[in-house]
Amino acid sequence: METKSNEWEATQRENVMHLAYWTIAWVLTMAVATFGPKFLWDQNSSISILAILVNTIIGAVMILMNRKYANGLDEMQRKVTMEAMAIALGVGVVSGLSYSMLDIANVIPFNAEIGHMVMLISITYMIAFIVGSIRYK
Amino acid sequence: MKNRIKVLRAERNMTQEELAIEVQVSRQTINAIEKEKFDPSLPLAFKISRLFGLAIEDIFHYD
Repeated sequence: METKSNEWEATQRENVMHLAYWTIAWVLTMAVATFGPKFLWDQNSSISILAILVNTIIGAVMILMNRKYANGLDEMQRKVTMEAMAIALGVGVVSGLSYSMLDIANVIPFNAEIGHMVMLISITYMIAFIVGSIRYK
Repeated sequence: MKNRIKVLRAERNMTQEELAIEVQVSRQTINAIEKEKFDPSLPLAFKISRLFGLAIEDIFHYD
């Protein structure tokens, strides 16, 4: 009985750790690709392309790790996660387009940055996940 | 959907954690099923019924 528990929990832990490693790698390579042209390689286009390519490849692996993590969850955890992802995606698309229109119509005094949308999607996902988890307690 | 998991578990002196381990889900999922906040899938219902040595309809009742 204990062995079974350890196997299932160990697989879940492993999936979480893999996702964390690849997410950290993606964030770090994004920082390098963003600030590198100015601070590291003096606007050299070839190095910039290489840095962006590496970041994109690591991002693709991160997506696969996220899928593996979601598939490793049990059915209730998966339901909570999928609902949170659906809400985050919906909020991201709808508010992203509204935000863009506000920018195009010059209603807001600053440019609509993609970073703002990433923050909104992340916060929405976290809130939806917490609310979903509490609902099934 | 109503179920008798809590009673069956108590009869066998089994904890939520032990049942969760046997059917390979989290303890929180077993708790949510017992409180009838979450309906298990058919494969999970089969796993639980096999573990208790009963038919699915002896454990789960559609309300």
